[in-house]
Amino acid sequence: METRDLAGKPVAFDEDGHMANREDWNEDVARALANEEDIAELTDRHWIVINFMRQEFDAKGDAPSIRKLTKESGVNTKELYQLFPKGPAKKAAKIAGLPKPKGCI
Amino acid sequence: MADPIEKVSIVVSRGSLEGVYPGLIMANGARMEGIEATLFFTFFGLDAIIDKRMDNLKVATVGNPAMHIPTVLGAIPGMSAFATSKMKKEMETLDIPPVREFIEMIHDAGGELYACKATVDMFHLEKKDFCPQVDEIISVGQFYEMSAGSQIIFT
Repeated sequence: METRDLAGKPVAFDEDGHMANREDWNEDVARALANEEDIAELTDRHWIVINFMRQEFDAKGDAPSIRKLTKESGVNTKELYQLFPKGPAKKAAKIAGLPKPKGCI
Repeated sequence: MADPIEKVSIVVSRGSLEGVYPGLIMANGARMEGIEATLFFTFFGLDAIIDKRMDNLKVATVGNPAMHIPTVLGAIPGMSAFATSKMKKEMETLDIPPVREFIEMIHDAGGELYACKATVDMFHLEKKDFCPQVDEIISVGQFYEMSAGSQIIFT
C-alpha cells in the first residue's frame, strides 16, 4: 500500500496500483490518473466508459467484462481499445478509481 | 521481477468447442492486458474460423474422460448436442461470447487471426471460406517469423 499526492491531495493505492479508497476519487483525480496512463485528455467518450464502470461496480461489486461494457455502454470494442490503449479493462478501472477487475473476459 | 509478457502467439489445433475456447479466452485476455495477440488456426482448429462451421462447434462427449460419462453413453445420438447446449448456457451466464462474436471481439481488439496454409490446402479451402476477420493464410514459416519475440502457446 502506497500513498501519493494526486490532484492536490493524498491518495492511497493498493498493491495492484489501483486506488484503495473510493472516497478519494473525484474527476480531477481521474484526470491525473489518466495522465499517468498516457491518456492526455479524458473526452466525453472516456467518461461514458468510466461512469459505466463505476455504476456497474456499485451494482455488482466488480467491474464489468469488456463484453458487457461494449454491449451496454455504447462504446464498441475498437473504440474502447483506442480510448484506453494497452489494456482497456484494467486501465479504465484504474482511472475510475476501482480495484483491478477480477473477470477473465 | 521478470519482464512482463508483451506478445503471445496462440495455436488452436482442435475443432471441438472445448478445444477452441481456451485459445480464444487466452487471446482475448492478452489483449485486455495490453499484450499483442496472434491466433494461428491449424488442422481441425480451422473450424473455429470457417464461416459455415464456426456457429456449430460441439463438445466432444466421446474419448473425453473428464466428461465423467461412459464412452458408450457419450456415443448416444444427441449426447454431444445436449452437452454442447449445456456448456453454451453456462458460458453465457459467465459472459463468454459465442465463437463468432468472440472472434469479432478479438479482431476488433487488435488481435490478428491466421489460417494454416498446409491445412487449408489439405482440406481444399480458400480464403472466402473463412470469416472476414481472418487476416491471411500463412505458412508455418511465416508464423514463426511473425512470432519473433513472442510466447508461443499450443492448444
